[in-house]
Amino acid sequence: MIQGRPGTLLVLLLLATVGLLVLGVAVGSTGVAFNWVHQDAEMARQILWQIRLPRSLGAWLAGALLGLAGAVAQGLFRNPLADPYLLGSAAGAQLGVALMLAVFGTSAGIAPGSTLGLHSLGLTGAAFVGTVIGVMLALLLARGVEHTLRLLLAGVVVGVVLNAITNLIMLMVPDIMRAMTAFMLGTTGFLGWHSVSLMATTLVLCLLVALGGSRALDALSLGEATAQSLGVRLGVVRLALIAAFALATGAAVAQAGMISFVGLVAPHLVRNHCPTTHGRLLVLSACTGGALLLAADILARWAFAPQELPVGLITAVLGGGYLLWLMHRRGGSRRA
Amino acid sequence: MTAAIACQLSRVCLQGHEVLRGITLELQSARWTAIVGPNGAGKSTLLRALAGLIPYDGEVSLQDRPLRDWPARERAQRLAWLGQNEASADDLTAHDVVMLGRLPHQAWLAPPSAADHAAVQAAMDQTQSWDWRARRLSTLSGGERQRVLLARALAVNAPVLMMDEPLAHLDPPHQADWMDIVRALVGAGQTVVSVLHELNVALQADVMVVMALGRVVHQGSPQNAATHAALQAVFDHRLKLLQVDGQWLALPHTPR
Repeated sequence: MIQGRPGTLLVLLLLATVGLLVLGVAVGSTGVAFNWVHQDAEMARQILWQIRLPRSLGAWLAGALLGLAGAVAQGLFRNPLADPYLLGSAAGAQLGVALMLAVFGTSAGIAPGSTLGLHSLGLTGAAFVGTVIGVMLALLLARGVEHTLRLLLAGVVVGVVLNAITNLIMLMVPDIMRAMTAFMLGTTGFLGWHSVSLMATTLVLCLLVALGGSRALDALSLGEATAQSLGVRLGVVRLALIAAFALATGAAVAQAGMISFVGLVAPHLVRNHCPTTHGRLLVLSACTGGALLLAADILARWAFAPQELPVGLITAVLGGGYLLWLMHRRGGSRRA
Repeated sequence: MTAAIACQLSRVCLQGHEVLRGITLELQSARWTAIVGPNGAGKSTLLRALAGLIPYDGEVSLQDRPLRDWPARERAQRLAWLGQNEASADDLTAHDVVMLGRLPHQAWLAPPSAADHAAVQAAMDQTQSWDWRARRLSTLSGGERQRVLLARALAVNAPVLMMDEPLAHLDPPHQADWMDIVRALVGAGQTVVSVLHELNVALQADVMVVMALGRVVHQGSPQNAATHAALQAVFDHRLKLLQVDGQWLALPHTPR
């Protein structure tokens, strides 16, 4: 187990990312293959460049966005169980997709060139808009960002109500069930270069905003009164960090669906192996989230090749297992 | 002598419940003021209002300027705060925590300067916590943690330092060290305002503010007979004040 230096962990994570990217490019429907030079050059180039590389990079970026959003949420709400799907973001994304599918049918996501308003947004746009609306509803209901508990409760209320509406839509339009299930399980299968550039831009932007608030997050870990006494403008910091958190979550969910546990587990893994300041935690959580989702994506493609598992299923099993192990270990050390 | 802090509070409410009312105070600079009173008297609420950490009806001034008019950062450079039961930043090292005290002096995103590092070391030396600088807060005992948090407040180097129950978890030798630190700060011209439950320590202060039921009932020197009378009154005459070697002590006492 790596215990200690953030710098060492960062180097290891970057090395793991490079290794996983190579593996990700090598894994296909026929299993792992590195001997591309012996294949049809044009086809190999197409498969590697147009499918596997953007998919692997996209998986890493979606995981990094979720890891970053999870670290921001846990620091902001001073709650180790906070995850990117708080504040109604997940429920908002689901409702956006359900509405899109119900109104425009299951071909809504593949409608390039359409200019019919909402239709032109596609499923990714609907998920993103849904996420942002979900978070904004929670902020409205909480009457601002001043009270953490009120915000969390507002997030729960928004989540319950939006989920109920989504379920109602699914009951009324049962044709969308299959597509909704695919969205809720998460998939990296449709990630292309467009998704990669969009997520990379969002990651840089959100990381910069989050790093700008990282010292405020450190101060917040001493309590709101202390942070305020140190000159931290809580309202401004909360608003900026919630915007970064919503943007990161929205971008990841819009591109890869509802991938569970990555945002919750990544900051835990970092803290467990290398407790540190928020500045480093945010970067390390993003790298950990990226490596986790990329590894899960490879496993999803490789475990039952040529059959592919939903990547969200893999992250749920691995993430849930890790949290159970962590709980068991902490329980054990407490008894000792 | 000028007032470091002055207030005229008509009322302070917490969650709709009135906790303080009709409080007028002037706390002189370069003095150590101890706020005392029975449980529920409103001591911590008063200190929070004086620090501008909770809403209040009325006016609080810091160095003759209304607290509300101070930009957050400038106010933080002039008024340091050490809260009661500060949440523990378990992932941070003692050094990281004390460095947070330099936040009001650091430009946004700028790395800590040599002056910041020097201030952190000086504060940790003062509270004898420098040896644990690399240890995480979660690995420290309650008393050790309290000394790190005190160093965090000292590192601000503010002319006014407010502390709510700063002696919690400190053993008698470290309580004595705390008093030495306060004396040194006051000697250097800083103003210290502390809420204390330890009456024997509070009796060593320059000024004592005695509170009961959300009001200030007396303000004066701890050596003063009127202050002793006020203490007796707010603690239901269940105190015995004795003078030992020229120092006043308060002992729990049940009248028979």
